[in-house]
Amino acid sequence: MTSPWFSLALGLYLLAAGGFTVFIIRQQPWVFRCSYWILVAAFVFHTVFLGYGYCQLGTAPVLDLRSALSFFAWCLAGVYLVVQVRFKLRVLGSFVAPLAAFLMIISSAVPIAANTAKPLFKSFWLTIHVGTVFTGDALLAIAFLAGLMYLIQEGQIKKKRLGSMYSRLPSLATLDSINYHAIVYGFPLLTVGMITGSIYAQVALGRYWQWDPKEVWSLISWLFYAALLHQRLAVGWQGRKAAVLSIVCFGVLLFTFVGVSLLMGGYHSFSSMGAR
Amino acid sequence: MEHIIVIGMNHETASVELRERLGADADNPRKALAWMRNLEVIREGFFLSTCNRVEALVVADQIDAARGSVVSLMARLGGIDPGDLMPCLYVFEQMNAVRHIFKVASSLDSMVVGEPQILGQIKEAYGLATREKTSGVILNRLMHRAFHVAKRVRSETGICGSAVSISYAAVELARKIFHLLEGKKVLLLGAGEMAELAARHLLSHGISSLMVANRTFERAVEVAGRFQGRPVSFDEIGSILTHVDIVITSTASPGYVITRNEVKQCLRKRRNRPLFFIDIAVPRDVEPQVNDLGNVYLYDIDDLKGVVALNLAQRKEEAVKACRIVEEEVGKFEKWLKTLSVVPTIVSLREKAESIIQAECAKSQSALEPLSPAQHRAVETLIRSIVDKVLNDPIVFLKERSGRPTVNTYLDLTKRLFQLNGMESQASGKVEHGGD
Repeated sequence: MTSPWFSLALGLYLLAAGGFTVFIIRQQPWVFRCSYWILVAAFVFHTVFLGYGYCQLGTAPVLDLRSALSFFAWCLAGVYLVVQVRFKLRVLGSFVAPLAAFLMIISSAVPIAANTAKPLFKSFWLTIHVGTVFTGDALLAIAFLAGLMYLIQEGQIKKKRLGSMYSRLPSLATLDSINYHAIVYGFPLLTVGMITGSIYAQVALGRYWQWDPKEVWSLISWLFYAALLHQRLAVGWQGRKAAVLSIVCFGVLLFTFVGVSLLMGGYHSFSSMGAR
Repeated sequence: MEHIIVIGMNHETASVELRERLGADADNPRKALAWMRNLEVIREGFFLSTCNRVEALVVADQIDAARGSVVSLMARLGGIDPGDLMPCLYVFEQMNAVRHIFKVASSLDSMVVGEPQILGQIKEAYGLATREKTSGVILNRLMHRAFHVAKRVRSETGICGSAVSISYAAVELARKIFHLLEGKKVLLLGAGEMAELAARHLLSHGISSLMVANRTFERAVEVAGRFQGRPVSFDEIGSILTHVDIVITSTASPGYVITRNEVKQCLRKRRNRPLFFIDIAVPRDVEPQVNDLGNVYLYDIDDLKGVVALNLAQRKEEAVKACRIVEEEVGKFEKWLKTLSVVPTIVSLREKAESIIQAECAKSQSALEPLSPAQHRAVETLIRSIVDKVLNDPIVFLKERSGRPTVNTYLDLTKRLFQLNGMESQASGKVEHGGD
């Protein structure tokens, strides 16, 4: 049965997404304030739901696709709330809230798997591994969204067609700086997540690395992000090129997250996790 | 019955020569108000004179007489023959006049729709009318409503939102690229009114340094002096391009002063920091292909004109929204104006008394219960006769004054004393203070 906390969070995410959509069209500050607090409420209920799941399961509730997506939505919302406090970039919510709501809808559409965990998963390392990876992923998703907004805004300024998004989107400098900061913080988290993952693998399976498809693809996306960070820090890329690359990188990351789990199997795949 | 009449001319109906003749003397509004005060037919008067419009707003009993005297007053003021003046004037009466004033105040009738100066000018003119004691209850209320409408239009629509001048559009673009202009460096290439205006706008947004280059160094020194900038020689431009963030060009050179190759070379040294070219010169100073380089943005004069045209079109769209607000407020004002006659005031006074009686009787119901029906009736008669006696004198007083010019003051006062229409009366209370 779907937890009432989950349904409540889902409903509030949808409401917040709607509110943020209205906000980007109408541009009224009170619409933003309402949507923002609805999102905060959704995040709080979602936290309660995840906390409850954690207690019940004895480990982080991320063992099936349904929970993983919901956990990712939670990370995304949490990271956005932090970024909002830091950057005060209201329009970002109009991109993040619909994405979080979308993830939640998919999550709710996936059937519920058995809610017991193999002893293997009841490890402190799993929680650290998943927590850091997902927070990193959420930051990289923010980088992706900022990159997308950058390309929209840059296209308008370059082509001298200042459409309706021109006044609604923030300046290029702001978007570039968000893209940059999200990667600068997201990449180390991803790295820590991968390291703790391999430690966890050593503790649980006896091997640090075993060429599991998820491991390989994680390494590939890690290399992509490493390249992006290198171009930014050493070569001095900024603006359009960095935005495009961050979007490509996120595509790879997304494939690692969803595609590999569904298509390629391996011990990271959710089907193997459900099996006893 | 009072009539509100607006007679005036604006940039559309009258030539600039004519407007100048009326607006030439800064003392004209005061003179006009003084004349109005002495005219028997005009009860309240207001006179607005700006470079784009001259308007008289009067409250009078007889429309024709008032119109005639205002026209002759304007003719006298400008030393113009009334016959020449008439075709250039527009006349609005009653709610049309109210609508017109609301529109003027919210800058919907301006040459550049949405320009903010007009509200200040109206406030000033109204201040003069109160000092000259030509404003009364209706005018006070009308002007304060006009300020309110202007405020609503400004906050609820985007009519004042985007830049409608070329130099300001350039600044807005710069802010969309750099976010904050603080600490940014600007190079001004050549000179010219528009380029210098853009530089001035940029300076007011906090750019940290301004360099000025010119074919003749003396001229560069002269322009730099005006902006507290640094003059640089024309040959240094190549190396300067690696340091600056915004370049405004406006030279008379027939060919390109800055080429794509030149800019491309400096990009690596700039570590891809964005570079914004504002090319105001005709023929153009910056090679158009510069815009194709990454993180380099080039806007020439036509592009900027395009932005301005777009913004103007947007303002026109917003103006539709603003007109809706104006209509709403005209409706409210009309309602208030209608209450401003003796009969409705007396009716609402009686209604108020009746509602108090009802409420108090209901409160004391339990205490009065033991009384017999006859005693009940006696108590009710007692209450009613007391209330009637109390209200009698004010009502007689109002009726006596119904034909006099001062009646509005008393009506307004009565409404405020007895709080006859809740919020309405509070608002008019504010009006009265403004008028004092």
